[in-house]
Amino acid sequence: MRFVIVAGTPSSGKTSVMVHTIRHLLKNNLVVTACKIDCLQTSDDARYRRLGIPVAVGLSDYICPDHFYVANLEEIEAWAREKQADVLVLETAGLCHRCAPAVYGCLSICVIDNLVGVDTPRKVGPMLSSADIVVITKGDIVSQAEREVFRYQVELENKQARILDFNGLTGQGALALKKEILNSPALAGISGRELRNPMPAASCSYCAGETIVGKDYQMGIVKKVDFGRGN
Amino acid sequence: MLDKITILGGRDKGGRREKISRLEIAAGDVLAVVGPTGSGKTQLISDIEQYDEKETLTGRSVLIANQLVGRNENKKSRRYLVAQVSQNMNFVIDMSVAEFLLMHARVRGIEDPERIIEKVLAITNHLSGEPVAFSTNLTQLSGGQSRALMVADVAIISNAPVVLIDEIENAGIDRLQALEILRGQGKIVLVVSHDPTLMLMAGKRVIMKNGGMEKICCTTAKEKRILADLVKIEKRVAGLREQLRRGDSIGHGDNNVEDREREVGLYGQGVSAPAPEYQQGD
Repeated sequence: MRFVIVAGTPSSGKTSVMVHTIRHLLKNNLVVTACKIDCLQTSDDARYRRLGIPVAVGLSDYICPDHFYVANLEEIEAWAREKQADVLVLETAGLCHRCAPAVYGCLSICVIDNLVGVDTPRKVGPMLSSADIVVITKGDIVSQAEREVFRYQVELENKQARILDFNGLTGQGALALKKEILNSPALAGISGRELRNPMPAASCSYCAGETIVGKDYQMGIVKKVDFGRGN
Repeated sequence: MLDKITILGGRDKGGRREKISRLEIAAGDVLAVVGPTGSGKTQLISDIEQYDEKETLTGRSVLIANQLVGRNENKKSRRYLVAQVSQNMNFVIDMSVAEFLLMHARVRGIEDPERIIEKVLAITNHLSGEPVAFSTNLTQLSGGQSRALMVADVAIISNAPVVLIDEIENAGIDRLQALEILRGQGKIVLVVSHDPTLMLMAGKRVIMKNGGMEKICCTTAKEKRILADLVKIEKRVAGLREQLRRGDSIGHGDNNVEDREREVGLYGQGVSAPAPEYQQGD
């Protein structure tokens, strides 16, 4: 089974990209399953369901969605294997950009769109820099010059990745992405595999439900803004 | 620079072989892609853009300078084969024209970027009605100014050998000049359009039907004369637009209104009977 992890900035078109690509995979008579991780609510599962494939949803609720994602990788893999999947597509929430979901042995895709601005590739961090494939969407509505500059900025952040242009409305680029998925090695098992980037510690009183502002209410790992006194 | 691209035909939406099995476009050529909505114009362009994918939905393949191009695994920074300018495109960066052009020129590795952006600005202002300054912010440009800047940038800075002009009929720029400038840079120019003027500005046009390339027409000498008439009519319309925008009242002292009406009706599609007069108070 090929284990495909899809991350990306909010509203970049992760689901559209994967729906178009899965449609092509299904033409090859492959069994594809999709799992969507989100925080409080998602409607992305409905779009995957319309493809007629097995779909699962994981809502992290009060837990960080990326930590929730790692803690559930074995269970998600087991579910997909039970469905006899050839390809498992696991779409993450795409929120704070601090964590990167990439795991060694899995195909990691980062979806990012041209509208976020040419400086954003630098800010996206490990999610972009550790991806195997970077998919750039919404190229049809910005100038050619911006497309070229944006792509260049992405290349600076991730020199190894293959970069694909993708039109999420028409599906242009889906064949290329399908080929990348089919060319990636199958995963024997997720247990014991390693995250390409550690997920940072963030255990403080607010993680545990504290709501009041102020030093007296803060416990655990707390970091303060340095207003130029240090550096 | 790229001499030519060749498209080898595949199959139409019904799975039949396309009537046109080979289409060649050389540097400096302008090819119009025409046909009704849904006839496969966009798919043809997208097949060209994805030239390095051997598998396309239509089964077409693209030869670059007579060689079938396979995917080069090492090519992380695949450059664009096709640069695009379309009606739907916008500048979304908050930056001045000069800063932006310099950034693009540096990304392209162009030597002496300061000199090259002067050239881009000159072409922009040649194409656009309202002048653009280096200090203007990109997001403040009008639709016409944006399109003019995009064409100039694609012609001079972007090194994609193929340029796609997609439905810029109402863009408010001098389209004939725009095509000439791109041709002059040795680009292969593809124009997707529903506008007869733009179709005739191309030397050749491919007619799309049911997803397939149905027919290739070369612009005839007669059609070129009709084009000249169309351009004249457009100039006249543009002149009227300008006058109306200035607040002029038009038609005064024009004794040739009837002649002009006949002129517009030249090709049998004008007003054949006088339009009923508008009655005030109806």
